[in-house]
Amino acid sequence: MNDISVLIVDDEEELAAVIAERLEFRGIKAQTALDGETALRIIESDPPNIVLLDLMMPGMSGLEILKKINSFKLNIPIILLTGYGSKEMTLEGMNLGAFDYIMKPCDFDVLVTKIQEALED
Amino acid sequence: MKTKKIREFVTKYILRIPEEGTSPERYKALRRNIIILMILVTVIPLSLMATINYYQYQKNLRDEIINPLNVLTNKTKRSFELFLEERLSTVRFITSAYSYAELSDEKVMNRILGVLKKEFEGFVDLALLDSDGNLVNYAGPYSFPGKNYSQQTWFQEVLIKGAHISDVFLGYRKFPHISIATYNLSGDGQSWILRSTIDTKKFDALLAMMELEPECDAFLINSKGILQTNSRFYGRILETCSLPVPLGGHGTYVSEIEDREGREIFVAYSYFFEPDFTLVVAKPSSLILKTWFTFRTEIFFIYTASVLLIILLVYKLTDVQVSHIKEADEKRELAFRELEHSQKLSSIGRLAAGVAHEINNPLAIISQKAGFMKDLITSGSDFKEKPKFIELTDSILKSTDRCSTITHRLLGFARRMEIEYEDLDLNDVLKEVISFLEKEALHRNINIDLKLDDNLERISSDRGQLQQVFLNILSNAFAAVEDNGNILIQTKDEDDEKVGVYIKDDGCGMSEKDLENIFEPFFTTKKGYGTGLGLPITYGIIKKMGGSIKVESQLGKGSTFMIFLPKFRKKMLEV
Repeated sequence: MNDISVLIVDDEEELAAVIAERLEFRGIKAQTALDGETALRIIESDPPNIVLLDLMMPGMSGLEILKKINSFKLNIPIILLTGYGSKEMTLEGMNLGAFDYIMKPCDFDVLVTKIQEALED
Repeated sequence: MKTKKIREFVTKYILRIPEEGTSPERYKALRRNIIILMILVTVIPLSLMATINYYQYQKNLRDEIINPLNVLTNKTKRSFELFLEERLSTVRFITSAYSYAELSDEKVMNRILGVLKKEFEGFVDLALLDSDGNLVNYAGPYSFPGKNYSQQTWFQEVLIKGAHISDVFLGYRKFPHISIATYNLSGDGQSWILRSTIDTKKFDALLAMMELEPECDAFLINSKGILQTNSRFYGRILETCSLPVPLGGHGTYVSEIEDREGREIFVAYSYFFEPDFTLVVAKPSSLILKTWFTFRTEIFFIYTASVLLIILLVYKLTDVQVSHIKEADEKRELAFRELEHSQKLSSIGRLAAGVAHEINNPLAIISQKAGFMKDLITSGSDFKEKPKFIELTDSILKSTDRCSTITHRLLGFARRMEIEYEDLDLNDVLKEVISFLEKEALHRNINIDLKLDDNLERISSDRGQLQQVFLNILSNAFAAVEDNGNILIQTKDEDDEKVGVYIKDDGCGMSEKDLENIFEPFFTTKKGYGTGLGLPITYGIIKKMGGSIKVESQLGKGSTFMIFLPKFRKKMLEV
């Protein structure tokens, strides 16, 4: 799993950072982006193997970012990070081609499993 | 402003109606005031009418009684006058038709008396007097030769007036009599007086012709109040009349007086022109007013019956009215309380959502960092406190899990629910929910008894929301029952509009005080692990779907939750 890179898109800097650190600790390369623009720039310049995308963000929303990523046609699997009560948004995200979703605050092991599933798929 | 103040004053101090609330005192006061008002409004006009009728009838009756009495008295008086006038004319005729010489002849006088007795009733004797008052000739049963009458008042009166009718007197044979005397002055200067005595049997006959009832009385009195005929109640002939009758006057009058024995009587009295007699007719009021008393009794009974009927009706109507008002008030109060509750729920919901969202991210950070800490410790080299550190991080993780459960629930509570209606079978929904809980039931050996109505109508509702409702209630039931406990789930058609779901457990039950609060947010009896949101959420969902929920519970015996859901989509409670 050493050559895998994950992009974590979340406006909560500390959360994104700790998830990145934990992934790195498990041997998965991880970058963070705190907003949509940064995320898209990173995806364009250095496409990761997988994107963890928070749906609830100020500025460009998760769903908009999802559409943009889709438009790149890079075929990167996307796992949605959702909050409780955003069922409709999650459903829409899934319809837009997201691989899976995971509810915050999430169990880290579950997250890792989902990442592996996404890559095996 | 002024009218408002007046109304307040009247309400507070006169009607004394408590201003607010649905207290029994308020309805008592209301009931009392309506009753008083209605009785006043109905009984006052009725009483007025009864009183007016009473007096009007009394007046009419009196007139009707007085008039005939008046007429009868007047007519009888006329008969008396006619009788006396006739006798007077007869005597006057004899006085002037015969000469002094003829009248002085005893034979002629006897013949005249004979004719008079034959033709006219009552003549007793005839006496001829000369102008000096000496008895000249006499025909009749008594003989007074040489008697002189010049000093007697009647003699003087005859000389002046030409005629005189005396008061009644008792003759030698103790029969009541009157005397009639007339004066004549012939062309040759000779003057004489003819005096006749007439018995008064005819008076009694005339009075008898009035045909009065035995309780009545009729008699003659003279100008001094001396009885000229016998009276039934007021004295014998020639005694003073014991009835106070005004003496002297003209015409006929009727008055109501009380006699010496205390009898209420109507007295009619008619004054004679000549002689100075008064005919008195007395009728006891009681006799006359018999009809009046009958009427009075009738009117009293009708009045009393009407008033009683009115009071009864007023009481009944007021009861109905006040209970209507009370019902309406209670409904309003209930609606208001529900609205208040819904508003409370929604504002708490908004607050909760805000808090939950804000807490969720820090919570995620804590959870991740603690998890990372555990990862690091687990994979690192052993050190003295390693197990303790692992224990501590585990504890942090467990606590964050608990926190996240709470925030999820808060968010769920606050979530704006758009109900997605679909045609569904309530039994299916219940079975699905039960399948979630089957493992726990098996594990704790809880008996779930299903009494689902196979013919239950399908309803239009939201499957997801209903699942949450039943899950909440069933979770509570599971929490309430001991291991080996029983839970009964029943569905049935309530009526044309709704179906009912009954979830009954034989668990710990609730006190009345708890029962009052179970739908209040953050109220919980599960010490330590309840969020106090399950039932408020349930309540909110059911209300939004247009249904209702009721709970019955007995401490130590168990609880029954009754959920009623509309079969068809209804207008939702607007909040």
